[in-house]
Amino acid sequence: MNPSERDPAREESTRPTQEVDRREFLKACSLLAPIILGVVRVPLLNAQESEGDDYDPSEHFYAMGIDVDKCIGCGQCVVACGTENDVPDEPYFFNTWVERYLIRTDGEVEVDSPNGGMEGFPPTTAEGDIRRSFFVPKLCNHCANPPCVQVCPVGATFKTEDGVVLVDDEYCIGCRYCIQACPYGARWLDPEKHVAAKCTFCYHRIVEGLVPACVEVCPTGARIFGEVERRATPLARFMRFNEVQVLKPHLNTEPKAYYANLDGEVR
Amino acid sequence: MAKFDPFRGTRVPQQVPRLVAVFAVAIIGLLVARYFLVPDTFGQLGHYRAAALDTIVAHEKKYAGQQACQLCHFQIMQKRLAGNHKGVGCESCHGPAATHVSDPAQIKPSIPSEREFCLRCHEYSPSRPTGFPQIDPVRHNPMSFCSNCHDPHAPEPPVIPGQCSACHGQIARQKAVSHHAGLECTTCHEAPEEHKVTPRLVRPTKPTERSFCGGCHARDADSPPHIPRINLRLHNPRYVCWQCHYPHYPETP
Ligand code: HEC
Ligand code: HEC
Ligand code: HEC
Ligand code: HEC
Ligand code: HEC
Ligand code: HEC
Ligand code: HEC
Ligand code: HEC
Repeated sequence: MNPSERDPAREESTRPTQEVDRREFLKACSLLAPIILGVVRVPLLNAQESEGDDYDPSEHFYAMGIDVDKCIGCGQCVVACGTENDVPDEPYFFNTWVERYLIRTDGEVEVDSPNGGMEGFPPTTAEGDIRRSFFVPKLCNHCANPPCVQVCPVGATFKTEDGVVLVDDEYCIGCRYCIQACPYGARWLDPEKHVAAKCTFCYHRIVEGLVPACVEVCPTGARIFGEVERRATPLARFMRFNEVQVLKPHLNTEPKAYYANLDGEVR
Repeated sequence: MAKFDPFRGTRVPQQVPRLVAVFAVAIIGLLVARYFLVPDTFGQLGHYRAAALDTIVAHEKKYAGQQACQLCHFQIMQKRLAGNHKGVGCESCHGPAATHVSDPAQIKPSIPSEREFCLRCHEYSPSRPTGFPQIDPVRHNPMSFCSNCHDPHAPEPPVIPGQCSACHGQIARQKAVSHHAGLECTTCHEAPEEHKVTPRLVRPTKPTERSFCGGCHARDADSPPHIPRINLRLHNPRYVCWQCHYPHYPETP
């Protein structure tokens, strides 16, 4: 071998100082990393470990029943939900909304929901040829098999043990996958926080034993909130005495918003 | 000082330990990074940050729930539960009142005072379930706020006046001092109950034939003997009786 030909590997081994530099660098890195990451982590450490004091999610499993025959379309639920959950007034986003169905004598179906039903419904035009008409309250179905949770890339939307589908505001990256995935149109992107938002069943209320705001203000008992699995609850009773249906059952999302007296035309 | 080299003299090529070391550092680095980057409570309850529940639970309540009102407004609560608005929560009408509950002296909930407010629920709409009490706001006592006549905490169902005299006072008073005082209004008018609720839509009948009065006043009528008689065929046959005798105050000219 021609000694004048320089072999870089050999040259390196003949210059030990360079090797020490790299090792030191790696060492320094491994020391620095925890410090740098520690800064990131400290605020997270401050978060408390668990939720409400004596609330045990494993003892509950929530759902909502909706009696279409009782809804008078007053829109109080939409108002209360917006207030309780700081849903922005404009643009029009809703955690829950009310749809008016108009089925004409020729079979044509019209659905409207002006401003989610928040201000009630204007009188219908051409009353004469209506075969039937009714109101249908809608909201997140809190599916047992939620497509929105499946598509979330970061685990920011999730199903709790007590059967509620929630969004982690601090972890959501606002990618909108869940909004696309929801077959019920129940999700929206918060225009200020840039995170996905949705009905929480008023989780902050139900852990305190209160009912969701929409149920609190519903004047006719068209919304029934409660435990599905226990025998003696209003919801269990509602489900025993009514033939309940869910929306879009063929999608296999296993919704937990149970509708009674639902017309075949409702989508 | 001689450098420590555990592989000196072995057949392991020199680059292997270096690679192992680099990989080890990378893997440890990754684990460390993961340990620090994945939030604390992630995975504790499921594929999510358990601490998110705390943030969600900490959300401020705006509606106190009607149980809360009971404490201080017990009487209104009792009244409401006994009346037709038993299902209508206090805050459905008074708006969110959690702040009022925590500071009742300073913060007062709203008190509705517009007809539009009650009409939200009670205005007639064909989409509303049948049987729900609805009114036509144009015809139902316009110009006056609803709670002038209905107690908002225990509204009454339609109070139907039991007597015809409630609305036909003048006729009733005239009749009371006439020869026909002993006759019920319904002897001469078939008045359906709905007439008392929607008087202009459902009207009672009125006698249309001379023979109707003849049923009591004709010579051959099967009626109490003290009733004065006429010859139905001859007594002014070109006219119906009430063109000359006012039925609610019949007099003989
Ligand atoms: C801690 C006791 C307390 C509770 C709980 C409470 N209130 Fe009150 N409320 C008061 C007092 C005190 C007043 C003032 C009475 C007055 O000024 O004459 C008042 C007044 C009101 C008024 C009339 C306001 C006005 O302008 O005159 C309304 C309406 C009202 N409360 C609704 C509610 C509702 C709805 C709830 C339940 C969510 C509630 N309150 C719960 C104590 C309470
Ligand atoms: C259907 C709507 C409605 C509901 C439900 C309702 N209120 Fe009222 N409330 C009113 C109206 C309207 C007034 C004003 C009455 C008036 O103008 O005379 C009022 C007045 C009041 C007042 C002040 C005047 C008074 O009568 O002392 C209080 C306090 C009050 N409400 C408390 C309550 C509480 C507590 C509940 C729940 C148990 C409740 N309200 C439920 C409509 C409602
Ligand atoms: C949030 C909806 C809502 C509002 C607002 C509301 N009500 Fe009601 N009202 C009801 C319900 C529900 C009933 C019970 C209907 C039933 O028994 O089927 C009722 C019953 C009544 C009845 C009894 C009618 C009957 O035939 O039984 C009257 C009268 C009445 N309301 C008047 C009022 C007045 C006056 C106001 C305004 C102060 C008002 N309501 C506001 C929901 C409402
Ligand atoms: C001047 C007094 C008066 C005023 C003001 C008034 N009502 Fe009535 N309301 C009555 C009387 C009397 C009845 C029963 C007879 C009838 O239906 O006309 C009644 C009946 C009702 C009924 C029951 C109707 C049914 O078919 O069961 C409702 C609901 C009602 N009113 C709501 C309202 C509302 C809402 C307002 C305000 C927009 C209002 N009322 C204003 C006197 C009044
Ligand atoms: C709630 C008030 C009210 C009550 C109670 C009531 N009416 Fe009337 N009645 C009216 C009104 C209003 C009219 C229409 C007057 C008009 O058109 O000028 C009317 C009209 C009539 C008419 C005339 C119908 C026509 O076609 O001209 C008769 C007859 C009558 N009422 C009989 C009765 C009798 C009998 C009773 C008792 C069983 C009775 N009303 C109770 C309010 C009432
Ligand atoms: C003896 C039978 C008789 C009795 C009793 C009677 N009516 Fe009449 N009423 C009539 C006749 C007949 C008419 C038709 C008058 C006409 O068309 O001019 C009439 C007309 C009316 C009218 C239409 C408006 C008017 O003044 O012409 C009203 C309202 C009325 N009656 C109410 C009453 C009421 C209320 C009572 C009970 C207090 C009563 N009537 C008792 C026979 C009777
Ligand atoms: C149910 C039976 C009955 C019917 C129907 C009846 N009346 Fe009479 N009428 C009487 C009675 C009873 C008297 C009072 C007799 C007495 O004063 O003792 C009377 C008195 C009279 C008098 C007064 C007579 C006098 O002494 O001055 C006249 C007029 C009269 N009726 C006209 C009519 C007319 C017109 C009709 C048809 C609209 C009519 N009546 C229908 C029972 C009836
Ligand atoms: C053209 C006007 C006129 C008509 C129509 C008329 N009456 Fe008379 N009626 C009178 C006059 C006038 C008297 C009093 C003089 C008389 O006794 O003939 C009278 C008297 C009576 C008397 C009192 C008789 C008595 O002996 O005191 C009765 C009862 C009576 N009418 C019932 C009727 C009846 C029932 C009808 C319908 C079938 C009727 N009237 C139609 C004008 C009329």
